[in-house]
Amino acid sequence: MAPKKEFDYFDRPPVRRALWILLFVVCALTVVPDLFTHRHPHFGFDGFVGFYAVFGFAACAVLILLAKLIGKILKVEENYYDK
Amino acid sequence: MTSDFPPAFLLLIGALFVPFFKGRARNWFVILLPAAAFYLITKLPAGESWQVHFFGFDLTFLRVDKLSKVFGYIFTLNATAAFVYAFYVKSSKQHMAALFYIGSALGVVFAADLLSLYFFWEVMAIASTFLILARRTDKALSAGLRYILVHIFGGLCLLAGIVIYISQSGSMRFGAMAEPGLATWLILIGILINAAAPPMSAWLSDAYPEATVTGGLILSAYTTKTSVYALIRGFAGWEVLIVIGCVMTLYGIIYALLENDMRRILAYSIINQVGFMVTGVGIGTAMALNGAAAHAFCHIIYKSLLWMSAGSVLYMTGKSKCTELGGLYKTMPLTLIFGTIGALAISSFPGTSGFTSKSLIIDGAVHEHLAWVWIILEIASAGVFLHAGIKFPYFVFFAKDNGLRPGETNKSMLTAMGFMAFLCIFLGVYPKPLYDILPFEVTYQAYTLNHVIAQMQLLMLSALVFFLFLPLLKRTDTISLDTDWFYRKAAGRIYAAADVGLNAVNRYCEKIFVQGLAAKTGRIIQLGPIELVKTIVLPVRSMLGDDRRSLTNLKIQIGRAFETDSFPMGISAIAAMLFIVLLFLIF
Repeated sequence: MAPKKEFDYFDRPPVRRALWILLFVVCALTVVPDLFTHRHPHFGFDGFVGFYAVFGFAACAVLILLAKLIGKILKVEENYYDK
Repeated sequence: MTSDFPPAFLLLIGALFVPFFKGRARNWFVILLPAAAFYLITKLPAGESWQVHFFGFDLTFLRVDKLSKVFGYIFTLNATAAFVYAFYVKSSKQHMAALFYIGSALGVVFAADLLSLYFFWEVMAIASTFLILARRTDKALSAGLRYILVHIFGGLCLLAGIVIYISQSGSMRFGAMAEPGLATWLILIGILINAAAPPMSAWLSDAYPEATVTGGLILSAYTTKTSVYALIRGFAGWEVLIVIGCVMTLYGIIYALLENDMRRILAYSIINQVGFMVTGVGIGTAMALNGAAAHAFCHIIYKSLLWMSAGSVLYMTGKSKCTELGGLYKTMPLTLIFGTIGALAISSFPGTSGFTSKSLIIDGAVHEHLAWVWIILEIASAGVFLHAGIKFPYFVFFAKDNGLRPGETNKSMLTAMGFMAFLCIFLGVYPKPLYDILPFEVTYQAYTLNHVIAQMQLLMLSALVFFLFLPLLKRTDTISLDTDWFYRKAAGRIYAAADVGLNAVNRYCEKIFVQGLAAKTGRIIQLGPIELVKTIVLPVRSMLGDDRRSLTNLKIQIGRAFETDSFPMGISAIAAMLFIVLLFLIF
């Protein structure tokens, strides 16, 4: 064991919990200005409040699920080509 | 030195002098060469020079305009930083290969004719292979061989296209390609192979991660970006590029999400980012082309920064798989900070260079009312934050602590990373110097309130999805099949199938033709005349009253006569006579 206590700030449970809360708060805060600013939608469908938040969430969720699905078919062992 | 010396030659000739320097002097020499080339480019007057008449062809080695300059600037700037990073490298061979590679990339960018462009294109392919082989592992060797084969194929497409183009149009100038035809398509395919456009994209994620620490860093910048340059110069507004670019953006994300090796994650994200540029070229408006050039410029910086931080981790720990890394924030905080700046820049976080450059392409799509292109680019922008922006730093520096305590990397690496991180933020906050050197005039303002809010919503919710879906993103010790399967695995299977299939046909044929048919024919030729004679002679003799015993004797005599070719003279003469008469009657 090293005598000097090492820097492990991000491993501490309270810090991790605080970061989770921070993430949710920041996400919520990004949508707030939409209520007050005058937006210029580029196309017809992108004008509602929090459009980009919904879009980002949906896009990433779909991408991850899609990747997971494709991974079922395409993932092979590390040494696949060496065999 | 005159003010219009081709910067390519400075590096190519300089490379030859590398072995004459020893130790630190050599490292300083290779840092100063691209720095001098950068200075040279700032002084180059617009116009064309260095025209050489060569075997009936007019070659032009130096075409200076805003487009070639912007790529020249970033190529030399990045090279300088890369050599600072590589200050620990002792091998003069690696330095020479890198200088030849970067020098020929500059050669491509400043060449005004197709032949000299092709020449430098091939030098680039060969020199870059040595950066992969320099790792000296079996994996690197075979990846390097696959790499050069793909590039030889691409080079041949390009050459075939160029030869047809020159013979059809009579011009060898490299400019905007007007009409689609066999020649221009072949040239386009040759360029797109170097841009790592699917299906010919697997070479990149196959080869780059096998290169040395500095080799991977240097490779990540030039091959794909010279292609982007060539596309801007020759194929602006070709709509097929919009489709190809959009496919590239999504393809890069999906594969990067599946990947375990950190340098392979970064390799796939190159394809994703080049996809944005290719789309910009396809849109083809001044704004989108500016965007493609600006994004290439910023991309080289932050992608180098990411490769540098991944390289430092590899250099210090000897590991590059996410499953083996993790928890490095404790001992490599500076590498983490610089890597994160690169990760934010690639995700085009407001305040970084990605935000000021990628927006030009996306707004270029908006201005042309290309709704579906815009949707895909926004999906891809969100996805970039997933795979490169968060996944790379999270799994390498945080996530599960694997007990690695490597300590911070060396000073030259940190210096180079610090410089690149500074540029990422500087160009993100104050993009004017970049906008000023773009090919077309820029009247664009990236920082509007709406734009910043939209981008923040997109990115923060992407981050939320990443952490909510973390169990689905658990790293596994796997690779993902890509199109290289066709030449790495399927080729072996085709060989095996050919071995089994064709050899079976062979055996079958032998049985039928050699053993069956040939033997039968032989027997017919051998025994046929005997039987013929017997069937004619025996009934005649029997009619003449020979008994059974003498007939049997006669049979044996006939057989023996044929076996030994010993016929009575008279019979032979009669047979010959009959044969001649027969011939006479027939003809």
